[in-house]
Amino acid sequence: MSHHPSYLGVFLTFVRNSLVRDMTFRANFLIDTFSSMSWMIMNLGFYVLVYQFTPNIAGWGKFEFFVFIATTMFVNSLVQAFFMPNAEELSEQVRTGGLDFALLKPIDTQFLVSLRRISWSSLGNFFVAMLLLFYSVPRIEGLELSFWQVLLYPVYILMGVLILYSVMIALAATSIWLGRNQSLYDFWFYITNFSRYPMEIYQGTWGTPLRQLFTFVIPILVVINVPARLIAKPLSWEHSWLAAFGVVATLGSLLGSRWVFKRALWSYRSASS
Amino acid sequence: MLARAETWWTILKICVEERLVYRGDFALGTLMRFLPIVTQIFLWTAVFASAGSGLIKGFTRNDIVAYYLLTMLARAFSSMPGLASGIARQVREGEIKKFLVQPIDLIGYLLLARIAHKVVYYSVAAGPFALVYYICRSYFPGWPPTEVMVAFLLSLVLAFLLGFFLEATMGMISFWFLEVSSLLFVYMLFTFFFSGHMFPLEILPEPWRTIVDFLPFKYMAYFPAAVFLGKVQGTELVHGLMIQTAWVLGFIVLCRMTMQAGFNRYSGYGG
Repeated sequence: MSHHPSYLGVFLTFVRNSLVRDMTFRANFLIDTFSSMSWMIMNLGFYVLVYQFTPNIAGWGKFEFFVFIATTMFVNSLVQAFFMPNAEELSEQVRTGGLDFALLKPIDTQFLVSLRRISWSSLGNFFVAMLLLFYSVPRIEGLELSFWQVLLYPVYILMGVLILYSVMIALAATSIWLGRNQSLYDFWFYITNFSRYPMEIYQGTWGTPLRQLFTFVIPILVVINVPARLIAKPLSWEHSWLAAFGVVATLGSLLGSRWVFKRALWSYRSASS
Repeated sequence: MLARAETWWTILKICVEERLVYRGDFALGTLMRFLPIVTQIFLWTAVFASAGSGLIKGFTRNDIVAYYLLTMLARAFSSMPGLASGIARQVREGEIKKFLVQPIDLIGYLLLARIAHKVVYYSVAAGPFALVYYICRSYFPGWPPTEVMVAFLLSLVLAFLLGFFLEATMGMISFWFLEVSSLLFVYMLFTFFFSGHMFPLEILPEPWRTIVDFLPFKYMAYFPAAVFLGKVQGTELVHGLMIQTAWVLGFIVLCRMTMQAGFNRYSGYGG
């Protein structure tokens, strides 16, 4: 037996197990998929209403903004499918002492606790996003997609997912210090709420510092803005440095969260076992 | 009669104490709940800057911000976190049996628990609310005249009652379907969208604008805010309050009827 576990093999097992589990309760699966989709469609409805009154929001035309929303949906559905259930479970495991079992396994703990469960129903939004993207892109005036844009868009979406994952796992790891982190999901929602808008709307005395905070300190504005821009508004100058910065931000977040996670693990004292 | 009042008073006191255990969490949670307002301010500022006109459906940008802040207050009255799902859980797990055995009315008990919940919530949330409203005072058009203020407060109390009885009725449905979480999610979506919590209902196009007038949801967020901002005045205001009252009475009756019907078919699952 080799000392290095096959990470891909373990991951595929998780994928299969979660699918079996989700398919066991098929009606529930369908309802979950439907409700997360209807939430996003309602959100889209809000912007359809707003665009009755204005040709653009901070320079984003209607269909450009739809691309932005589609990007949000891609990123969020991936994060919710792969990491959200695990981050929630981590807090619970810390509280009950179940984390002991994860620590004993001969595999990287962060890998194990981050990917154990996959919520397949959250991927429903992925397909809605796909439809929205294919609907909106041809309707943006004067837009011609180049090979590079199409190639880099999924790459930057993936980077966005990794940044959000970093923030999430760091937040979840703090439950080791705090004992309980019940409002994790709330906090998560309120923080990522800032990332769901084009960064140009943050202007003025309050807006500029806010934009800088969420670009350079907690880089959540990069998550959706960079890939969305890449497709919808590729010609602006700002874009090239943002694209470069996106790579730096992703690496920085991953390393930072890894550090927080390891530090938190050192403080872990098993509970109630 | 006196013994009865004493019972209810004791229940109320216990519920208040139970609630106060989590006061720190409460205060922090309330402050965080205002964060989406921050992005809404930026978003609408950008919308108004691009729209060119300073007025959208009779709302200035400041009106919209004030509107969002006021709907937060209205929702603090009308939202009932965990009420319907709590009833559903009690039905599923059989805990509801105790209301069949003990001489305590289920709806009355829930109402008192909810009042206790809200009283504690307001006493803790008053600080964060006052702080945010003070910071944002320039968005408000100023204090409305006394009679409007009275109507506003009345509409808030009615919003609380409407929210309570509407959601309790939703909870009673669990006597028929054991698992109602998806139904509750749909209900939550509807209230979010059609109560005016997400946007001022004026921006809806026809026929939706008319349809929402015939739904109870708008009285849980839109109506109190619109009253404060002077969007509903005179006879329209009086009619609005009357329709709101009618909805409350309707759901009081419906809630009790569904509870009785539910008790009749209840078969006591669980331990």
